[in-house]
Amino acid sequence: MATQKKDLLGQRLTRLEDPPLILGQGNYAADINFPNQLHMRIVRSPYAHAKITSIDTAEAAAISGIVKIWTSHDIADLPPIDFRADKSSEELKPFRQNVLATDRVRYVGDPVVAIFAEDPYVAEDAADLVVINVEQLRVITSADDEPGEFDVGLSSEAGLLTHTYGDVDAAFAAADTVIELDLRTGRHSGVPMETRGAIGVYDADEDILKLYGAAKVPHRNRDTLVRMLGRDEDKIELHEGHTGGGFGIRGELYPEDVLVLVAAMRLGRSVKWIEDRQEHMMAANQGRNQHHLVKIAVDKDGMILGMEDEFFHDQGGYVRTHGANVPNRTMCMLTGAYNVPAYRALCHFRLTNKTPAATYRAPGRFESTFVRERLMDALAVKLGIDRIELRRRNLITSDQMPFSLNFDEPGVEDMEIDNGDYPQLLDKALNWLKWDEMEADLERRRAAGEMVGSGIGVFVEESGKGPSDGARISVDENGDIEILTGGASLGQGFETTMAQICANALGVDYQRITVIHGQTNLIPYGIGAHAARATVMTGSAVNVTALTLRTKALDLAAEMLQLPADSLDIVDGTVIVTDKSSGPSITLAEIARRNEEGLAAEDFHKTKESAFPYGIHFAVVKVDPETGSIDVERFMVAYDVGCMVNEMLLEGQLVGGCIQGIGGALYEEFVYSDEGEPMAVTFADYMIPTLDRVPTVECMITEDAPSPHNLLGLKGGGEGGINGVGAAIAGAIDQAVGIPGAITQLPVTPQRMKEILNNS
Amino acid sequence: MTKRSHISLSVNGDEYETLCEPDQSLVDVLRNELELTGTKEGCSTGDCGACSIRLDGDLVCSCLVLAVEAEGKEIETIEGMAPKSDELHPLQRHFLEINGLQCGICTPGILIAAKALLEKNSDPTETEIRFWLAGNLCRCTGYDKIIRSVQAAAEEMRKG
Ligand code: FES
Ligand code: FES
Repeated sequence: MATQKKDLLGQRLTRLEDPPLILGQGNYAADINFPNQLHMRIVRSPYAHAKITSIDTAEAAAISGIVKIWTSHDIADLPPIDFRADKSSEELKPFRQNVLATDRVRYVGDPVVAIFAEDPYVAEDAADLVVINVEQLRVITSADDEPGEFDVGLSSEAGLLTHTYGDVDAAFAAADTVIELDLRTGRHSGVPMETRGAIGVYDADEDILKLYGAAKVPHRNRDTLVRMLGRDEDKIELHEGHTGGGFGIRGELYPEDVLVLVAAMRLGRSVKWIEDRQEHMMAANQGRNQHHLVKIAVDKDGMILGMEDEFFHDQGGYVRTHGANVPNRTMCMLTGAYNVPAYRALCHFRLTNKTPAATYRAPGRFESTFVRERLMDALAVKLGIDRIELRRRNLITSDQMPFSLNFDEPGVEDMEIDNGDYPQLLDKALNWLKWDEMEADLERRRAAGEMVGSGIGVFVEESGKGPSDGARISVDENGDIEILTGGASLGQGFETTMAQICANALGVDYQRITVIHGQTNLIPYGIGAHAARATVMTGSAVNVTALTLRTKALDLAAEMLQLPADSLDIVDGTVIVTDKSSGPSITLAEIARRNEEGLAAEDFHKTKESAFPYGIHFAVVKVDPETGSIDVERFMVAYDVGCMVNEMLLEGQLVGGCIQGIGGALYEEFVYSDEGEPMAVTFADYMIPTLDRVPTVECMITEDAPSPHNLLGLKGGGEGGINGVGAAIAGAIDQAVGIPGAITQLPVTPQRMKEILNNS
Repeated sequence: MTKRSHISLSVNGDEYETLCEPDQSLVDVLRNELELTGTKEGCSTGDCGACSIRLDGDLVCSCLVLAVEAEGKEIETIEGMAPKSDELHPLQRHFLEINGLQCGICTPGILIAAKALLEKNSDPTETEIRFWLAGNLCRCTGYDKIIRSVQAAAEEMRKG
């Protein structure tokens, strides 16, 4: 089926989702209201680690308009927020977060009390009157610190995780050169422009609990809620409206989601909760916070013999829905696009007294690419080999594909990279950039006294991990088409992407297609939108379903027109004789009208394998030695996506991801005081990139390695923009300031930059 | 409960009368009393620009304005941007054509701010656009297509 037509794929079609959004008719969580609804306000712990001795809510309860106040005692029957089924791990279960803190609080922002009021202002006033009495406990603000006690008799080191293959000791013993580095990535998060929101509604007649404001993985969260609340699958519904960005952190199941649902049922009224920005900065998942002690062994030609990494993962106060996913992904992606014959990684998975961590766009990859590419830069300097040449020598080549990493540990998933030609992408990218000219120009500028430099980050991404997803497509009697999916839209263009794939396979106008997503009551399954899965998994499901529907339509048309099916084609919603614009024809609408069962199909895409897109990031920066501020003059992304559905939307994903990465590399950091007080709780302290300080990101998209694991060859694009940014920027700064290995920590804030310059 | 104040405002040419709390922000009144939810609230501290509106022509963050301060003033929000129900403002059209939005939550504020810019300066340079919109955060697009959309709209509007 490699011959499937792709006429419509890649085209820059405008988005189906835009018309309401540009008119101000978007329906985001805060825009959703139900009659007679209550408003929930959470009282959060002001302490980073403490034992709760008592909670006094009397004064708050006395305010008029307060309907109910809950502490953990009022919901003692609820289990902690569970892991997703595929992430469940017995050893990590004691580290889950309760819906409201019971006897201990473990970060500033930990939910302690829930207030339900007639009015959000009243709820907020009452929250100020709640008194939480505590005995403070030792606060741990870094995964470097000696572990403490998560609970009585339970260490805050939740686990030691390992990934190993090959003979690492032999590799280091045989090495010509060994390099060791000490590297850190700061705490960042997605920080979508829409804060979280949840509205719980209880339909007493049908005994159905409904959650509005759901996002990302509605079906998986439904399944978790089914387990947690002990209800039947059809008694809980999740509904997704417009979502103001996700980036991995929005749409996970959080305590507030459970609270609005349970309160809706127990208080008999709908309950609305909208997070404020300050809460968001201390309660929504954060990530990236790792400290690596890494070393690499190479022979005299710079060929990698082995790699060893010991790192400390700062998990924050609890283990959330993903379990140990992020450190695990860090470990299995650390070797990246290179041949590394022997490898050992050891992760100290440690709880600290900071906001819990979980997945943020390219989880474990942004971090590991930074670490790996810092090693390559350091090696190039030490060995006196050009940094591009050193990378080229070590890249996995296309004749080694598929390329497997088989880990020794039982239960650790092996990784098989499907395909790719990394040296080819490198050559294409260098050509595209006119690398040699660019380097010569930077050299001239440096000679003239400017602090300018370039850097590079090579990476592999994983996308479209199975196991399966499906879709239903139907044509109505007017010829309008509906695609029903269990996917989710976080603003990435999901509807257009699905419609474009369907239109391509079926032979219809994409503007006549409506795409449904994020409604668990309409379709029993759905993979959601996470880990760059939407286009690959749901897109492939839509493609196979559209092909099935096409076959069905052609068979029916063959009968109706009395012509052989293989002589027919579908163009613009009409079945015609192939390549004939006149002659017998019948519209899909007519077929739907005449066929008793109408015209519809359901089909599935199943795969055990992931699709691995790959890319290279290049940065050019200029450092101001006076202020320490760093200007990203140029940023270039070369990316192989296998098969592109819509070039304009893919550029949007790559550029958006890249600018987020620049934020993490230079500006953004959730800083905590030694007492665990979060210091960045507004946009004034947590500085996401603004228009006046970002470059125009240049993209070179290739389709050289279509994935063999789906019919169209699709690979994901959601994380390719951010993956190598920290690595490329770090390399560029090193070169700009003329200090090899200068950058060991992200973000490189002006203060850190000044310090490096002053110490040199 | 505090005494509610009575205010009258003109929003997109329509007259509204409503009650509000003395400390209630204008964005809250627009959204929750007048049910004009096109204006978004991303931070409530004047840092994100999602709540951008025009107050007697001036571009302001409506989260920083008290509703009572808007008494008798003319307000322009995203709901009033398209000249007719079946016709888009050039900015809206180019945002749609060039993909100047993804999740769309920053878009109402950005469109309002960009419109204010183009009314003051029909031919802004890229740098002028960047600085004018620097107070409007967008986490999805990486901004580039926003700039291209504004430039394309400006060009079309100049040609009339
Ligand atoms: S909500 Fe007003 S500036 Fe952010
Ligand atoms: S489009 Fe999502 S914040 Fe701008």
